[in-house]
Amino acid sequence: MTREIPAQEIIKVVKDLCVDANYNLGNDVLLAFDQAIENEKSETAREVLRELKENARIAREEKAPICQDCGLAVVFMEIGQDVHITGGDLKAAINEGVRQGYEEGYLRKSACNPITRKNTGDNTPAIIHLEIVPGDKIRIIVAPKGGGSENMSRVTMLTPAAGMEGVKDFVVNRVKESGSNPCPPTIIGIGVGGTFERSAILAKKALLRTLGERNPDPELAKIEKQIFARIKKLGIGPVGYGGTTTSLDVFLEMEPCHIASLPVAVNIQCHAARHKEAVI
Amino acid sequence: MSRGETQRGSDIVLLFVVRCLLSVVQYEHNELNEHNEHEQLEEKMSQQIRLTTPLTTEDAEKLNIGDKVLLNGVLFTGRDAAHKRLFDLIQDGKELPIDIKGQVIYYVGPTPAKPGKPIGSAGPTTSYRMDPYSPKLIELGLKGMIGKGNRSQAVIDAMKQFRAVYFGATGGAGALIAKRIKKAEIVVYPDLGPEAIRRLEVEDFPVTVINDTKGNDLYVEGMRQYAEE
Repeated sequence: MTREIPAQEIIKVVKDLCVDANYNLGNDVLLAFDQAIENEKSETAREVLRELKENARIAREEKAPICQDCGLAVVFMEIGQDVHITGGDLKAAINEGVRQGYEEGYLRKSACNPITRKNTGDNTPAIIHLEIVPGDKIRIIVAPKGGGSENMSRVTMLTPAAGMEGVKDFVVNRVKESGSNPCPPTIIGIGVGGTFERSAILAKKALLRTLGERNPDPELAKIEKQIFARIKKLGIGPVGYGGTTTSLDVFLEMEPCHIASLPVAVNIQCHAARHKEAVI
Repeated sequence: MSRGETQRGSDIVLLFVVRCLLSVVQYEHNELNEHNEHEQLEEKMSQQIRLTTPLTTEDAEKLNIGDKVLLNGVLFTGRDAAHKRLFDLIQDGKELPIDIKGQVIYYVGPTPAKPGKPIGSAGPTTSYRMDPYSPKLIELGLKGMIGKGNRSQAVIDAMKQFRAVYFGATGGAGALIAKRIKKAEIVVYPDLGPEAIRRLEVEDFPVTVINDTKGNDLYVEGMRQYAEE
């Protein structure tokens, strides 16, 4: 049996998610700030963390964007194979939702031509990742992504001989070299395996996890903790003024890759870790 | 209804009442925490250095890395596109549309202002993208820059040579920072939208000195203090 979902409904849900994500920081991040304030060794760092909490409170209460960089609208959509979208084109509906959300929510439009730098004016096109899944529902995740932390992200193709130690070194070095630029405390998404582009998507998807949620594979969960512990020792601290809170969590996703390759992607997320989802 | 069942029923009611009370207490506790944190922030402000723009060379010279400064007066905004235009004018030997002597440029592209507000969220953007242009502006008399993230050696050297400072504002605290901006107007390049040059009037705008006129760097020093790897 197919279930019909009107494109109009997708527009509305995407619009609301864009606004919600930009105004309301997730509870997991707020809790992580509290924990960090408790564990942080530097008083300056604790002060910065308190400012970030206060900023989130103001944004929530005054319905204002948490950060002026309201990001490119990254949209993940899992579409049940029994869904039939009626009354419009799916991608056009997503873009219309982004257009309305960014305009009506007083969000900054940051999409531009890469060379002329001319702003597209409405924050479209959205970055859309579609997946067909069993069932008759649509799951939509909107994850606005800021430029500062995205600029610090990298993909590399290691030699297979580098192994997991090579992966760990690459990630820790990337965080170290990024220093204060990506608005620490950051969240680190790591994609290992797949192809060049697949590793990057894995890294981005890893960032959608709730803070504290470990990879279900105990071996990979252990590696997440090991990388997290090494990052803690870098000393960068909140916004880079020095301290023990450089990242709030590390998420690793892994998939098989080619016998000749070891693709590794590190997607860095600033502390304004915004993602909201809905199921239609 | 047996006696046991009545007992169980009243137990459930009691449990419900206790839970409600606990959640009220918890809520008030959270409110109190947020209130205390607000007070702590206010208290910190009184220990900070107040400066009014335009800044003099003496103002810049007395600042040291890690100093908390509250800026008052006027700030000009500018990020990538505006910097490129200013730089091109300088290269062509033309006059700049704003007099940058003694001024402070804030690297920001705010969100649109909601009705009744002077500006939307307005936190700093990453500064290294302005590095190719900054030394020239510093040479022409720019005294301060506000942003986030590391500067190049060329910018640090120019700050030392021409006596200017680089301030950090808290990255990602755009809603909080906007409270200190009392007025905002576009003065040039309106076609750049969020990247237009704006004239901001600020009150106690909170910044931290990242690079001073002696060539010091808070990012390097701060990290050194806590690094174990």
